[in-house]
Amino acid sequence: MTVAVLALQGAFIEHEKMLAELGADSFEIRQRRDLDRSFDRLIIPGGESTVMGKLIRELDLFDDIKLRIEGGMPVYGTCAGLILLADSISNDSARHLQTMSIVANRNAYGRQLGSFFTRAEFKGIGEIPMTFIRAPYIDEVFGDAEILAEVNGKIVAAKQKNQLVTAFHPELNDDLRVHEYFLNM
Amino acid sequence: MFNERFELNKNLAQMLKGGVIMDVTTPEQAKIAQEAGACAVMALERIPADIRAAGGVARMSDPKMIKGIQEAVTIPVMAKCRIGHFAEAQILEAIEIDYIDESEVLSPADDKYHIDKTKFKVPFVCGAKDLGEALRRISEGASMIRTKGEPGTGDVVQAVRHMRMMQQEIRRLTSMAEDELYQAAKDLQVDYNLVKYVAENGKLPVVNFAAGGVATPADAALMMQLGAEGVFVGSGIFKSGNPAKRAAAIVKAVTNFTDAKMIAELSEDLGEAMVGINEQEIQLLMAERGK
Repeated sequence: MTVAVLALQGAFIEHEKMLAELGADSFEIRQRRDLDRSFDRLIIPGGESTVMGKLIRELDLFDDIKLRIEGGMPVYGTCAGLILLADSISNDSARHLQTMSIVANRNAYGRQLGSFFTRAEFKGIGEIPMTFIRAPYIDEVFGDAEILAEVNGKIVAAKQKNQLVTAFHPELNDDLRVHEYFLNM
Repeated sequence: MFNERFELNKNLAQMLKGGVIMDVTTPEQAKIAQEAGACAVMALERIPADIRAAGGVARMSDPKMIKGIQEAVTIPVMAKCRIGHFAEAQILEAIEIDYIDESEVLSPADDKYHIDKTKFKVPFVCGAKDLGEALRRISEGASMIRTKGEPGTGDVVQAVRHMRMMQQEIRRLTSMAEDELYQAAKDLQVDYNLVKYVAENGKLPVVNFAAGGVATPADAALMMQLGAEGVFVGSGIFKSGNPAKRAAAIVKAVTNFTDAKMIAELSEDLGEAMVGINEQEIQLLMAERGK
């Protein structure tokens, strides 16, 4: 199995390390020609969604990636990745891939002083560590999107067929279970 | 030191990796930077080139001006305080800045002590020109390191020197016998555990960016290839002929820093780069402030 990791900006190396520990091959997508390589899955990492949203378009990756996700390729978005996949963003007019039936709330916990760590239940896995860095949360899911985790009444993880999103960063802790869950999707 | 808050602050720096942090002096510039693809902005009253030109004592910026920039953009906002000036840092924390740069670009407030950054909830980035400085700042609580470069000059030579020095010293530690690390810790004037971490991992325990004198996409690519995890661009953007275009080109050069063909295209028609000033022509070496 080969997982492509979108490596335009942000914490992509951390995802690659998790994948290596699980025995999955991975490579980085930085420009158009990287899409010519064969891969079965895609991770959109944390970072700044404004930067990734801009570069994914200007480097001509947008249509191809959207098409693959709509064609059923499993994709996992963390934090900024969640914003990129969301159908809409309640507090921002920007729209990106819009493949997932969720409404995201950007920087929902405020500035860096609002960043936090906690442990909470993740449906199908159990209690896991969750690191939130200037994180979004999900205002609502609709259609066939389902909620996988909530923290203090806010939705922080969801799934819809081939798409998985978390507002937190499993790649920053040493618990491999969310990545394992994604590889089994 | 490795408490939860420090981890979260280190984590924010991880999210900035592969990105460009741009100096801005107005909300309008901040918006241009964000639209050009900056992963964060540094809010300053004057960019380093102008601080250098103006002379005199350079201090923390007006909080109102910083707040204006915080309201203008959604990306993280950083601001500088003077070396050792913990009261300025407290003010920046009070207005919920995302990152404080305890910076040699401003006039040092303390010629002996840096701020005890472990006392703060907000993260700090500090400059370093070698491994010892980097690790001393980390032991004081810095959760991100940058080269000191020579700000406001448009001359990348010092950033290159600092990055090469740091990487050389890191490689040296990785090849040392375990018992030699104790002496290395003494030589570097840092805690043994930090030295041990670097020796085992071949990198700093926090993110390391390049800063100082970066003015072109090629400069940014050079620093990334030398091992920087991201780039600060100060005067290089808003002292150039076409800031928006140059900023966007530097952002793309950082993402594809090994693709010379793409960087060649990005380097076309950028207009005039900042004029700059050579290292030898400088009276004041800011990198020598705060060791």
